[in-house]
Amino acid sequence: MSDIIRQLEVKREAAHLGGGQRRVDSQHAKGKLTARERIDVFLDEGSFEEWDMFVEHDISDFGMADQKIPGDGVVTGHGTVNGRLIFVFSQDFTVFGGSLSAAHARKICKIMDQAMKVGAPVIGLNDSGGARIQEGVASLAGYADVFQRNVLASGVIPQISLIMGPCAGGAVYSPAMTDFIFMVKDSSYMFVTGPDVVKTVTHEEVSQEELGGAATHTSRSGVADLAFENDVEALLQLRRFVDFLPASNREKPPVLPTEDPVDRAEQSLDTLVPANANKPYDMKELIEKVVDEGDFFELQPDYAGNIVIGLARMEGSTVGIVANQPMVLAGCLDIASSRKAARFVRFCDCFNIPILTFVDVPGFLPGTSQEFGGIIKHGAKLLFAFAEATVPKVTLITRKAYGGAYDVMSSKHLRGDVNYAWPSAEIAVMGSKGAVEIIFRGDIGDPDKIAQRTEEYQSKFANPFVAGSLGFIDDVILPRNTRRRLCRALRMLRNKQLENPWKKHDNIPL
Amino acid sequence: MFSKILIANRGEIACRVMRSAKRMGIATVAVYSDADVDAMHVEMADEAIAIGSAPSSESYLVTENIMRAIEETSAEAVHPGYGFLSENAAFAETLDTAGVAFIGPGPRAIAAMGDKIESKRLAEEAGVATVPGRPGVIADAEEAVTVSNDIGYPVMLKASAGGGGKGMRVARDDDSVRESFHLAASEARSSFGDDRIFIEKFIESPRHIEIQILADSHGNTIYLGERECSIQRRHQKVIEEAPSPFIDPETRAAMGAQAVALARAVDYKSAGTVEFIVDGDRNFYFLEMNTRLQVEHSVTEMITGVDLVEQMIRVAAGQELTLSQDDIRLNGWAIESRVYAEDPFRNFLPSTGRLVRYRAPVENDQVRVDTGVGEGGEISMFYDPLIAKLATFGATRDDAIAQMRGALDAYYIRGVQHNIPFLSAVLAHPRFASGDISTAFIEEEYAEGFSTGDLVHDDPRLIIAVAAAIDMRQSRRRGQVNGHEQAPGKQIAIVGERDSIEYTLEISYDDGDHIVMVDSDRFVVRGEWRPGDPLFRGTVNDGAVCIQVERCGTRYRLSHAGGQLDILIVSEKVAALNRLMPIKEPPDMSRFLLSPMPGLLIRLSVTEGDAVKAGEELAIVEAMKMENVLRAEQDGTVKEMLAGEGDSLMVDQPILEFI
Repeated sequence: MSDIIRQLEVKREAAHLGGGQRRVDSQHAKGKLTARERIDVFLDEGSFEEWDMFVEHDISDFGMADQKIPGDGVVTGHGTVNGRLIFVFSQDFTVFGGSLSAAHARKICKIMDQAMKVGAPVIGLNDSGGARIQEGVASLAGYADVFQRNVLASGVIPQISLIMGPCAGGAVYSPAMTDFIFMVKDSSYMFVTGPDVVKTVTHEEVSQEELGGAATHTSRSGVADLAFENDVEALLQLRRFVDFLPASNREKPPVLPTEDPVDRAEQSLDTLVPANANKPYDMKELIEKVVDEGDFFELQPDYAGNIVIGLARMEGSTVGIVANQPMVLAGCLDIASSRKAARFVRFCDCFNIPILTFVDVPGFLPGTSQEFGGIIKHGAKLLFAFAEATVPKVTLITRKAYGGAYDVMSSKHLRGDVNYAWPSAEIAVMGSKGAVEIIFRGDIGDPDKIAQRTEEYQSKFANPFVAGSLGFIDDVILPRNTRRRLCRALRMLRNKQLENPWKKHDNIPL
Repeated sequence: MFSKILIANRGEIACRVMRSAKRMGIATVAVYSDADVDAMHVEMADEAIAIGSAPSSESYLVTENIMRAIEETSAEAVHPGYGFLSENAAFAETLDTAGVAFIGPGPRAIAAMGDKIESKRLAEEAGVATVPGRPGVIADAEEAVTVSNDIGYPVMLKASAGGGGKGMRVARDDDSVRESFHLAASEARSSFGDDRIFIEKFIESPRHIEIQILADSHGNTIYLGERECSIQRRHQKVIEEAPSPFIDPETRAAMGAQAVALARAVDYKSAGTVEFIVDGDRNFYFLEMNTRLQVEHSVTEMITGVDLVEQMIRVAAGQELTLSQDDIRLNGWAIESRVYAEDPFRNFLPSTGRLVRYRAPVENDQVRVDTGVGEGGEISMFYDPLIAKLATFGATRDDAIAQMRGALDAYYIRGVQHNIPFLSAVLAHPRFASGDISTAFIEEEYAEGFSTGDLVHDDPRLIIAVAAAIDMRQSRRRGQVNGHEQAPGKQIAIVGERDSIEYTLEISYDDGDHIVMVDSDRFVVRGEWRPGDPLFRGTVNDGAVCIQVERCGTRYRLSHAGGQLDILIVSEKVAALNRLMPIKEPPDMSRFLLSPMPGLLIRLSVTEGDAVKAGEELAIVEAMKMENVLRAEQDGTVKEMLAGEGDSLMVDQPILEFI
């Protein structure tokens, strides 16, 4: 017995050493933490229950037989974040470069299966050189086993990937199918094919950082949701983020007790929308003044800035926020913003997170690049996402709600539960000038007449009352009372029940 | 008495005047430009009339538009506030002709005192001590040089129609006279539409001390003590106080008597201010007379108990002063800080924009806030960037200073840059506390400009202790989501650039107090703070503190005494791992010329391929009507132009790149 315990201790020690002190030092020299250190930062202190510490690969080719390290390059298990159950796998770059072997993959699959059974999020801390080439196709099979689980778990439990080192080739597709991807600046990258291959095939010279670094994926490709300065900051932010999420699709979002008064009036919102309809304003000010404690966890802030998405709380309960941002491209919808918001809306709908939509949208961005890029189908994604969502949907139109974009932005017609407008709202087919130039085409040569017609159109539609008289707007609310009115709407909707017709799954225009 | 008055002004002073009028039962009329539709003074008035577009030259300065507003509302009198038309004799004349009372002195006194050359002559005649100089308009730069040599360097060039520091420049040699002459004339032209310049002796390290007078139309003239306004930056007053820590009763009486004599000489009626400069031997020289209500009048009100606006209205209505000189008693000490929308860490460049968050300190007997904006208000590029005047009162100067420091800590402004860090630093400066000040104070004490190194900090551990208490409150609450409360063990607070400083924390909770051990020192933190509150108010070891709290991702940003501390609180284990994190250098922007402020690029003085010497002019950016010359900091060659003349620039926008 004591012999066994001694052996256990020896094995534990070996596992804890990972790839050895030299590799640990090298990992630190790169500004990166080890797999276990990362778990230490992420989970509540002492809460980690490790599984499969003794798993080793069973390959003997290429001299692998005498290269066995307990754990085989990934640390898996479960623990808590602020007391809430979380499953985690953390790839260990010090062991075979974190490469994925069949055994490594089995460990990941095991915690994913368990997480599905008990209904708890899976967090992946990715730091892997790729497939374990010595294992050949077995390694590829391992990837596919993880992919399959990612897909089945999608919409059942939250899955988040934090890329903390290399993630290349087939390995990128597991994170790609999780709900969110976070990255660490300067020490992580993701690409399907690396700079060498790119150079051979297309003769493009590009660095790893430029091809797939955090800046690229958070601002150009939109693949990643957030980037953080370093490992510690990333892991602490990840803790903040999972605080917002329900553990699974069987739960309601968690409630964080707050003393922020529901009836907190914000007089300054009365002057948020400028008198000049063409002057931008910062939609984030509205969000931060309305949500609990001004705490807004924004996602993808550097990508498609014309739409703002993120999580916040109202009366302690998590809500998802989608808002047009007049500061960027006048807040219009385009390919990137439609895709960004659509995926987020669907995430919220999966996990019972009510959606608050703030609308100031002049329409879809015109142009050949948009049309050739397929704005028709991409724009439809957002429309589809809002329309199919059955979670509570509360919408506030602050200013412009023009044309098809009005319909898209969680309008009443797409089963919006509560649709409010500020007095500054203008709900119309298009702006007054454009409308008049079409309706009164014959008068275009007469600027006085056009001006008069524009004035007429403006006074008829540059207000929320036409939409109000048709019942498309439930009420016109004073900006200062926005928080109180939205909280009440969400409270009323707390037990909302709505189901879509049975189907195998829908056919969203991907 | 009038039943309705119109206030031909905006901002804090319009609100200030309305407060007194309302208290006197007088209806008020506001006027406003397009930029001020939602302004506080418009909301506060009983009636409000639009008078034109945003630039003041098309609204607040247009006599006809004001006259139309008067006609429309049947206002019986006009209070001009300060600035704009307040010292415009023609405007007073026009009102007079229309049979509308001007709440200020008569046109003659305005005209006489409004012209600096004329006023100096009158002062000399009235027996008031004046500064050596040549009373005449200077025709050109060469004449300026000749006159300067006659007077002897250093000299001061001043706009004849000037005020508020605009168009004033000091020159110490012939070359700088030439340069200053053109700059002063051009500034004077753009600010006052009058480019006449005169020159006088510049007195080194003088104090600026002014006498408040009050006169009626029945021949009564009194003075209400002095105000010291020596804390100036580029001749713009920043901090004022009453009384002066330098003036003895004899000097006060002598200055008062001269001020009254000058007022009498021009048949002055209403409130007015006679400004003197005072040298180290308490010799005082007449500087100018301001024939209006001064910005800093509130400190006089606080120590005399006299409402100057009320008195002005009464005098304008023909009433006799009920106060005699003997009724004026100076009680206690008052200090005023001008809270400006400007960035003290960037050479005080003006900042404009929306006041996204704005909480002024709570007003009481010791604290007075005069403001014309609230949260959601706009600091417009068209007008003076004054956000508010913060005045505090105490039995002694030290009391008043302590009150001011506390009030500044509570002043919460976000959305525009503001000078509160600078004000806090001056108020905490030992030399300011000693009263040994002069108009050169800021130049001398902040010779290299103002930087975070100039902030006077309290013990940072006090701030850390508050952060620890706040963090404990947060983590207890987070645990409540799942009924999981974990008392934190030993923790580490990480602060400083590159996370270089660590403090060990041990926190316990005792009957509502947080007992925080910071390293080996014990702090008892008690206070009201709920997550989301911008202010922590409470006590640390029984000393009152007010600390601004923001959440910045994983850190807390605490602001106090003008300083900011970003604090990360983690377990010992995480702190140890944090030490392994790489130090990242910020991107090198030194090869770029960045716009230091939002503004208009009005001139590019160099082009691609030019070799420039350190100090050479590269570009001029206009903001708030001021032309700011951007100069090369070192020798170099221009690689590429990144902005063009006429471009609107954002702060930190690259203008050009060097090789």
